[in-house]
Amino acid sequence: MFDAVLQNLPYLLGGFLTNVQLAVFALAGGLFLGTLVGLGRISKRPWVYHPVTLYVNLLRNIPLILVIFWFYFVMPILVGRTMDPFVSAAVSFIVFEATYFGEIFRAGFQSISKDLVSAAYSTGLTYRQTAAYILVPIAFRRMLPSLITQSIITFQDTSLAYVIGLQEIVRRTTIVDSMEVRSIQLYSFVAVLFFIICLAGSRISLHYEEKSRKAKVL
Amino acid sequence: MLAYKFDWGVLWRQPSGEWLLQGLWLTIQIGALAWVIALTLGILFGTLRSVRFWPLRILGSVYVEVFRNVPFLVQLFFWFYAGPMLFGKTLQFKINALSGLNYYVAIVALGLYTASRVGEHVRAGFASIGHGQYDAVLSTGMTPVQMYWHVMIPHALRLIIPPLTTEFLTIFKNSAVAMTIGVAETTFMSYKIDEQTFHGLEATTGAMAIYLVLGMTVVKLMNVIEARFQIPGLMSR
Repeated sequence: MFDAVLQNLPYLLGGFLTNVQLAVFALAGGLFLGTLVGLGRISKRPWVYHPVTLYVNLLRNIPLILVIFWFYFVMPILVGRTMDPFVSAAVSFIVFEATYFGEIFRAGFQSISKDLVSAAYSTGLTYRQTAAYILVPIAFRRMLPSLITQSIITFQDTSLAYVIGLQEIVRRTTIVDSMEVRSIQLYSFVAVLFFIICLAGSRISLHYEEKSRKAKVL
Repeated sequence: MLAYKFDWGVLWRQPSGEWLLQGLWLTIQIGALAWVIALTLGILFGTLRSVRFWPLRILGSVYVEVFRNVPFLVQLFFWFYAGPMLFGKTLQFKINALSGLNYYVAIVALGLYTASRVGEHVRAGFASIGHGQYDAVLSTGMTPVQMYWHVMIPHALRLIIPPLTTEFLTIFKNSAVAMTIGVAETTFMSYKIDEQTFHGLEATTGAMAIYLVLGMTVVKLMNVIEARFQIPGLMSR
């Protein structure tokens, strides 16, 4: 029944590991850059606000697959040599997902009362300290369900690195399928693999949503 | 910096200049047709998730969870490569011989996928309608089916037009994934220009501009619809 999957299991799971690795880089970079983007989106300085807003609005209107291609074409020109597909994909994901994380953080920042920020300033905290110790931790906690949901989407999106030839699980599945012609079991296997992880993730997100609804902390 | 000679001419020189526009036409077709499927099934499954009869509620939830938690690329490949096999040997060869199979598979797969996301919004719309309204409508003597068809679904839909606008924008962006099964939409065409001219950077930049213009047009269109169907007395955006 699952002969083709079982015979190629290490090969396929090795590809899945690439998806996980790519997701880790995308999330770490995306969350970090997303925090800065979120701060830029609430900035009162026009020379910060407008460029960041332009960046967010541009990227959010373009398909991710096209962004992956664009970086795949532009990186060799900037760096001067051909790029490893993994590096190229990781950069595209960080730049792309940061806009989505940035908008989540912006919503989180805007949910914080002005009084709290004034109180922070009045104790002598600088802008940098207020952002690092007050704004970001509170926004992170409040927006945790949305951040987890977006992380799941990012994880699913890693499959799109297929288009620049990265040896992730979908690419490897097409390679196995071209030899074995067992499309139903092979693609079902990949679907189930993603399904289990993403469903678990969405349950965790739901759990935090319930928790914050009950507790109403901060 | 690598010495790279920009040649923006590929965007309007023939034949490559025409390709992007042909791609845009396919992007619009796939997005619009998939949207019809997504809206129909999304309303259906979203409504099922709000009914009192629990087997139907579970059916709606299972559909949404399955289609939301599997990457669209995997779904697309499943329907394209494994889909015809589900019909048995004889029918399989007939289906695979269809011309333009990838085009139809892309529309159906994108529709099924987006339906799960629309279903989520529809459910949220129902949740935001107070319980009193259900009882009030039923007390007028309407059957549950009439209640959903004439009152609850129109009400919920008008409430969720803003998130549906976002989904409508997303469907055009997700249609780019159809290039992986050889549908010659905008992203496919930008890649094709790269293969022919080695000017992929200019071609993908041009394709980005096309998606931006398409997105802005959709937002304008939806603003008109939103204003037309706004529920009086509620906070506007």
